[in-house]
Amino acid sequence: MSKKTLVIGVIGADVHAVGNKILYHAFTDAGFEVINLGVMVSQEEYIAAAIESNADAIVISSLYGQGELDCRGMREKCNEAGLEGMLLYVGGNIVIGKQPFDEVEKRFLAMGFNRAFAPGTAPEVTIAALKEDLHVEE
Amino acid sequence: MKPILLIDFGSTYTKVTAVDADEGRLLGSAASYTTVETDVNDGLANAVALLEKQTGKLEFQERYACSSAAGGLRMIASGLVPELTAEAAKCASLGAGAKVIKTYSFELNEDDIEEILAEKPDIFLLVGGTDGGNKACIINNAKALAAAGGNFPIVIAGNRNAARECERILAGRQVFVCENVMPKFGVLNIEPTQQCIRDIFLGRIVQAKGLTKASELISGIMMPTPSAFLAAMKLLADGTKTESGIGELIAVDVGGATTDIYSIASGMPEHPGTILKGLPEPYVKRTVEGDIGMRYSIHGIVEAAGIDAIAETSGIDAERVKELVDYLGSHTDTLPTTPELEALDEALASHAIRTAVTRHAGRLEETYTMMGLAYAQTGKNLKSVNRIVVTGGSLIHTRNTGRIASFALYDQNDPMSLKPVKAEFLVDRKYILAAMGLLSEHYPEIALKIMKEELEKDGTAE
Repeated sequence: MSKKTLVIGVIGADVHAVGNKILYHAFTDAGFEVINLGVMVSQEEYIAAAIESNADAIVISSLYGQGELDCRGMREKCNEAGLEGMLLYVGGNIVIGKQPFDEVEKRFLAMGFNRAFAPGTAPEVTIAALKEDLHVEE
Repeated sequence: MKPILLIDFGSTYTKVTAVDADEGRLLGSAASYTTVETDVNDGLANAVALLEKQTGKLEFQERYACSSAAGGLRMIASGLVPELTAEAAKCASLGAGAKVIKTYSFELNEDDIEEILAEKPDIFLLVGGTDGGNKACIINNAKALAAAGGNFPIVIAGNRNAARECERILAGRQVFVCENVMPKFGVLNIEPTQQCIRDIFLGRIVQAKGLTKASELISGIMMPTPSAFLAAMKLLADGTKTESGIGELIAVDVGGATTDIYSIASGMPEHPGTILKGLPEPYVKRTVEGDIGMRYSIHGIVEAAGIDAIAETSGIDAERVKELVDYLGSHTDTLPTTPELEALDEALASHAIRTAVTRHAGRLEETYTMMGLAYAQTGKNLKSVNRIVVTGGSLIHTRNTGRIASFALYDQNDPMSLKPVKAEFLVDRKYILAAMGLLSEHYPEIALKIMKEELEKDGTAE
């Protein structure tokens, strides 16, 4: 079976590059084709990359607390661009301050994300979720 | 003596340059009207006669030609996402010396197909999708082109997993399959496509443009003129194995209908922490501003710069500028014979250069982040490029070339535009650069030597 393609990057005016590199290597080692857009990525850039590469999922990172603002409208833009049903993940320090994560998760799911990951999530957890959602057999 | 004739069949003039390959020097140059409607050889013979008046009779051992006659190499391209494969397609076509009439993104619709058929391009470049990526768009567009008919050759340079299928869909047409212009996300691979475009130009377009009669006379290398010019600039910048070039440079060519900007520069950011955005930039880059030109596109200059800016630069009041611009736009063969027209032409050329170089150069964006100030760069950083080569009638026939060309420089009022901070101007006074590009195919050392000698220094500005 051909590799599943992921588009990853850190959204908004966020320049946290280390976690992004770790995720790139972890996802690649796990057998995914990874298109890494790096840091300071706009919604439009994820979408453009996903269209050209026929991606299976977009995995958005946000570490600086503004993720909620940055991610708003992402699902709608995907739909508008013909990427209906695109698998959308988000993770990192996606909101400001210490908020109960189940509430945060609820808000991101309501925004159209398929999954949201709490601070400190290990790459393995996300990889397992990707394999499940994309029906990748071990 | 070993005289070599270099010919540039332009849309208006056929320019000839003679070089002695034994001594490695320029013998002379001349120009006469292009006669593509009747027989291009008439115009060529006239130009050579003028040339031989200066040099005496020459027994040419080799003849090479480039051409932008009969509209040049007219191309249309289609890609998927505008900023990605469609941009890569445009970049590939321009770098091959083509005139890009239009670039389409996403799926071609019926209106687009009608437009394409009406335009009758010389070559259509069909791309879209990274390798293993989107196939639907390029396949759809291949079907649309197949259904539409027409007899222009089609170059397929998109997703390799869809290439064969597109070829089958277009069976019966002249189809050429190349490597993907964007094999992976963010990776440009435009050279194979450019080579293919050049081969088609040689094999088919030359015939269709009524240049066959001339091609019997010449030893080879028929290429589009911008392609020859680009070869000259690359040689001048990089040098040969035995002689070094002059280093990174920008070239500006302000014409009647378009303004072409070339940069031979890596364009990397000034500060190591800068984040690069957008497609990677080719080291050798050509952009063409179709709305910026001294006569046919004169209104585009005014639109981009504003009438007041042109009035201020020329010292002519705005009302009068308006009148003159309208006149020149409809009398395109007017030469600047009065001091007033001369001043206006200078101002127009200055703003044409500023607009075109600003569009060619990259931009920096400042963003305040939680980690402090961050910079993002899109396009090429040309701030440290310190040589600007200048060509084009409006610039080589004036005494103020350096002053006009200084409008290509970094501008305090637009500090995020990454244009050269300080540069020396080199003027192609004898109009030989396309010829040197042709010569460089077989005699790079001589071409480099002649360029270094003949390009006239016209000051430095910052």
